[in-house]
Amino acid sequence: MNPAMTVVVLALIWAAITGTFSGLNLLLGAAIGIVAVLLLRKNLGPPRRFRQLRNAASLAALFLYELAASAVRVAIVVLTPDMKSALKPAIIAFPLSVKSDAEITLLANLITLTPGTLSVDVSEDRSLLYVHALNFGTREGLIADIAGGFEAKVREVYS
Amino acid sequence: MIAAIAIYAGCILLLLGALFSLIAAIGVVRLPDLYTRMHAASKAGAVGGGLVLLAVALLCFDVGVGLRAIIGFVFLLLTTPVSAHLLARASYRTTDQLQMKMVVDELKTKGGPNSAA
Repeated sequence: MNPAMTVVVLALIWAAITGTFSGLNLLLGAAIGIVAVLLLRKNLGPPRRFRQLRNAASLAALFLYELAASAVRVAIVVLTPDMKSALKPAIIAFPLSVKSDAEITLLANLITLTPGTLSVDVSEDRSLLYVHALNFGTREGLIADIAGGFEAKVREVYS
Repeated sequence: MIAAIAIYAGCILLLLGALFSLIAAIGVVRLPDLYTRMHAASKAGAVGGGLVLLAVALLCFDVGVGLRAIIGFVFLLLTTPVSAHLLARASYRTTDQLQMKMVVDELKTKGGPNSAA
């Protein structure tokens, strides 16, 4: 998105949050949007192409599905009478192939909200993400799950 | 007709959201340590709160309120993992890890893929 489009979208979101779509309110939203864009202009990436928007939508769909699955799985663990044996907590080092701060942040947030995993820390050289697993199976299986699922999608969105 | 469907769907979402919130609360009580508790609080909690917000969006019959409820749902999903992450990290840096019963802990040794036990 170019900066002008960003301001328009921010103004619409502002109108939606405040609940009135009057001209004056849209102008106020646009003014706030311009200030935000000016403050953050160094951090705004190059313009996104349409294909990336489609990848982002596909990532969002996968995320909503995984979120529902993870809530059900946590619910099953919590409601198991013999909970101690159902738990196998572990912290695993996940080797990151995405490099930028934005990608790592997005991936860490996605991992936290998906089945059985919670991101705990990132190593100082940003090559490892430490992930807490509720039901540890094998580290290869867990790493393959994340690398083939969310990490691939995140890389597509930012490529 | 559409209003009736919206009301029934909203009520179902409201009940599901309440159920997941209850499960999250039970999980925080039953699970043994902070990390496993954060699993319950972040996932079941976010889904529970989110479903209640979506139910509000369906039941209020007001575009302004509905949009704000949906945006609230999005912000909830954006902020919940950040707080879970910070709590887990802060806990890891302050508590004695010998108390934690983990199968594998690669953060302790700062181990990479090859130094795993």
